[in-house]
Amino acid sequence: MRVTFTVNGRQQEADDVWEGESLLYVLRERMGLPGSKNACEQGECGSCTVRLDGVPVCSCLVAAGQVEGRDVVTVEGLADYAKQRAEHGGCASGACGSSGTSIDAAKQWQAKPGESTELSPIQQAFIDAGAVQCGFCTPGLLVAADELLERNDSPSDADIREALSGNLCRCTGYEKILDAVRLAAARGENQTAGQGA
Amino acid sequence: MDFLRPASWEEALAAKAEHPTAVPIAGGTDVMVEINFDHRRPEYLLDLNRIGELSEWEVGEKTVRLGASVPYTKIMENLRTELPGLALASHTVASPQIRNRGGVGGNLGTASPAGDAHPALLASGCEVEAESVRGRRMIPIDEFYVGVKRNALAPDELIRSVHLPKADGPQQFSKVGTRNAMVIAVCAFGIALHPETRTVRTGIGSAAPTPVRAREAEDFLAAALEEGGFWESGNPIPPSVAKQFAQLASGACNPIDDVRGSAKYRRHAVGIMARRTLGWTWESYRGNERSAQCA
Repeated sequence: MRVTFTVNGRQQEADDVWEGESLLYVLRERMGLPGSKNACEQGECGSCTVRLDGVPVCSCLVAAGQVEGRDVVTVEGLADYAKQRAEHGGCASGACGSSGTSIDAAKQWQAKPGESTELSPIQQAFIDAGAVQCGFCTPGLLVAADELLERNDSPSDADIREALSGNLCRCTGYEKILDAVRLAAARGENQTAGQGA
Repeated sequence: MDFLRPASWEEALAAKAEHPTAVPIAGGTDVMVEINFDHRRPEYLLDLNRIGELSEWEVGEKTVRLGASVPYTKIMENLRTELPGLALASHTVASPQIRNRGGVGGNLGTASPAGDAHPALLASGCEVEAESVRGRRMIPIDEFYVGVKRNALAPDELIRSVHLPKADGPQQFSKVGTRNAMVIAVCAFGIALHPETRTVRTGIGSAAPTPVRAREAEDFLAAALEEGGFWESGNPIPPSVAKQFAQLASGACNPIDDVRGSAKYRRHAVGIMARRTLGWTWESYRGNERSAQCA
């Protein structure tokens, strides 16, 4: 079957998709987006986490056919997504409620190919905090952590632990990962303060 | 394999009538695991994501009509007052990613004894709204689980919603596992005090071939509370009553030894959870809210 949906702001189409195929497989093997990792294939590890209409989900547990006409953001689109959010006030303003970015807002989002690759604040924080070891769990953690900071700009440690509880790191570098999320939150606060908001 | 994408509930019922072997898929958190691991190759997948009403809920005067696909996250966020037991249980489901997709309809459809929603559903005394092209029926939760991973649905039926009585008293849920997230229950226990009818209902998960109630424990406790005038006085429950309640709850189990735990441990743990959750709910009934929310 053919499946058409939006990935990181661009309309994408995949043909000859097997009916039992997962969104993860379509992203990695048919659309050339290998950022979302394939590990457990049962929702245990979170390394395939993407945003589906703004909601973090395990892409290995979404059937490809269920994504028809919907909007997906993967780690590859995270920097643009975060930039877009920052330019539109983001959730620091409290405008987008608990459901994250609205579908309408996501539809207006456009990638800008060709520009030099900037990182999202959470990606930069992961690097600065030394939160990346082998890197396999990193994409899923980035997507999950970015969504946490979108709806909660000053999360408690308990909030961070809960938001990342579906993402496993087998290097077990969890402390640095928590540091990275705290760092991104702190930088976000400073930035907001600097703007006098 | 064929992927059926009904755009409305009526279309879904028609598709299920035409292809009774079709496997409904909503959140996919059970079905996709089986497909990914080649444990299941259904002839038809019936996607329910397009049917918006399945993700909606209505709070009525006496009951909550909870759409089969309302994600656990939404239950936690929006229905904690009306359905405290189910909201607590929802919070123990897997991880945020899974709670964003999975819903009660999936737990009921899979009917695994380990489904986290079952103890709370049993304790609430809800009804399952099942429908086919032949018509609609309400299945009392006590009649829903008929065997290991088997439920009372006919092959052409789909779960539309669950009708849960709004809580008329404190409810609790407790679950044993190796960590807080991503855990299939070793065993679980749900309890709901129903002061309006002066009854107590319970639900036990992962400790019998199906989710079960601890009926003898419920009857014993209701009688003890009635005879002692506890509902009126709000006096503390005597340890002897709590102990007996726990023993009867243990006795309601019919567990197996498996990789997650032994039968002996499960019986023991269910008794402990029964005693603790009774204590928490009763303290709450007496007006003393518990501060910590974990077992």
